Amino acid sequence: MASAAKKLLMDPFSDNNPITIQVLGICSALAVTVKVDTAIVMTLALTAVVSLSNFVISLMRNVIPSGIRMIVEMAVIATLVIIADQLLRAFLFDISKQLSVFVGLIITNCIVMGRAEAFALQNPPKDSFLDGLGNGLGYGIVLIAVASIREILGFGKWLGFQLPLGDNFMGNGLVLLAPGAFIILGLLIWGQRTLTKYVED
Amino acid sequence: MEYLNLAIKAIFVENILLAFFLGMCSFLACSKKVDTAIGLGFAVIFVLTITLPANWAIHHFLLREGALVWLNPKFATLDLSFLNFICFIATIASMVQLVEMILDKFFPALYHALGIFLPLITVNCAILGGSLFMVERNYGALESTVYGFSSGIGWLLAIAAMAAIRKKLRYSHLPDGLKGLGITMIMTGLMAMAFMCFSGINLDKKTTAQDPAPQAAEQLTDVGN
Repeated sequence: MASAAKKLLMDPFSDNNPITIQVLGICSALAVTVKVDTAIVMTLALTAVVSLSNFVISLMRNVIPSGIRMIVEMAVIATLVIIADQLLRAFLFDISKQLSVFVGLIITNCIVMGRAEAFALQNPPKDSFLDGLGNGLGYGIVLIAVASIREILGFGKWLGFQLPLGDNFMGNGLVLLAPGAFIILGLLIWGQRTLTKYVED
Repeated sequence: MEYLNLAIKAIFVENILLAFFLGMCSFLACSKKVDTAIGLGFAVIFVLTITLPANWAIHHFLLREGALVWLNPKFATLDLSFLNFICFIATIASMVQLVEMILDKFFPALYHALGIFLPLITVNCAILGGSLFMVERNYGALESTVYGFSSGIGWLLAIAAMAAIRKKLRYSHLPDGLKGLGITMIMTGLMAMAFMCFSGINLDKKTTAQDPAPQAAEQLTDVGN
C-alpha cells in the first residue's frame, strides 16, 4: 500500500484520533459503551456511514454549490443512516433496540459531518473513502476500549462471556452508569494524550 | 401535575446531557466562557421547544403507521416511519433558519446575542435526540412541548455550571495530558454523579404499586450498592 494511503488510514488510530484529539462524536462514544457487542455494532454502522458519505460527497464535490453544501451533506448522511438503521432492524433487532435512538443520532454525529467538511470536499473519492474508514475505525477503537473496561468492571464479562474472576468478584455499578462513562473516557483521553504528547492550551 | 412531573424528570432526573450524553460536542466546545454558554443554552431551549411539537405533528399526521388514513382509507397499513430521520433533520434545519429570520426582523437584540449559535444548533444532537426520544416514548402533543422545553432547561443548567467550573479550572495546575478535554470529561462525570441524587425523587406516588419504572430504579440502586 502506498504510504500516503496508509497514513490516511492509520493516522486516526492514535495521532489524529477523532474522539481523543479532534473531540468529535463524544455523545455516542459514551452512550453505547455499556457492553462490547453494542459498541462493535455501533462502530460498524458508523464506519460504513462515514466512509460511504465521504465517498459520495467527494464524488459530488465539484458540483455542490458552496451555499447549500450543508443541506446536501445532511441529505446524503441521513439517507445512509436510514439504510444502516433498516439493515440493523432487519438482521440485528435486539442490538438495534439496545442502541435505540443512537443509530439515528449518527446523522448529527460530528465525525461524519466533520470529515465531510474537512476532508471529502477537497479530496478525490478514493482518499476520502480511506479517510472515512480510518476515522470510523479510530472511533471504534476508543469505543471498544471504553466498552471493554465498563463491561469487565461492571459485569465481569467480556463480549458476553463470563471471565474467570472468582466468586468474590462484585460488579461495580458505577462504571455502568453515566458518570462512570465520563470518568473512564476522561482517564483514557489522559493516557492517550500523554502517550502522543498532545497538549491542549 | 403530570406535566410538572415530566418537566422535573427531564430537567434533573434524566438530564439530556448528563444521563443521555446528548449535545456533548457543543457542550465541550462552547463551555469555555459563561456568557457564550448561557447564550447557547437559551438558543437550545428555544429551538427544542419549537421543533419538538413540529416534529410530533409530522410524525403523528404523516409518517407513523396508518397516519395517512385521512388522505385515503387504503393507506391504513402504510408505515413511513423509516423517513423519520430525514424529515426530522430537515424540519430542524428549516426551523432554525426560520427562527433566525424572525429574530433578525423582530428582535434584533436577541438575534445579535444568539447570532452565531443558531446555525450550530442544527447539528446539535440534543435537538434530534429530543425528537427521537419523543417518538420512542410515544409522547402526546402537549407532553412533547413540555419535554422539549424542560430538556432545554436541563441542558442550559449543565452547560452553565460547566462553564463556571472551567473558569476556575484555568488557574489549576494539571498534568499536560489532562488539560482541556480530559479534565472536562472527569468534571462532567462528577456533575453527572451529583445529578444522579435527584433520581431518589418519587414522581409518581399513586402508581408506585403497578408501575414498572420505580422497580427499574430500585434495580439500578441495587447495582449501585
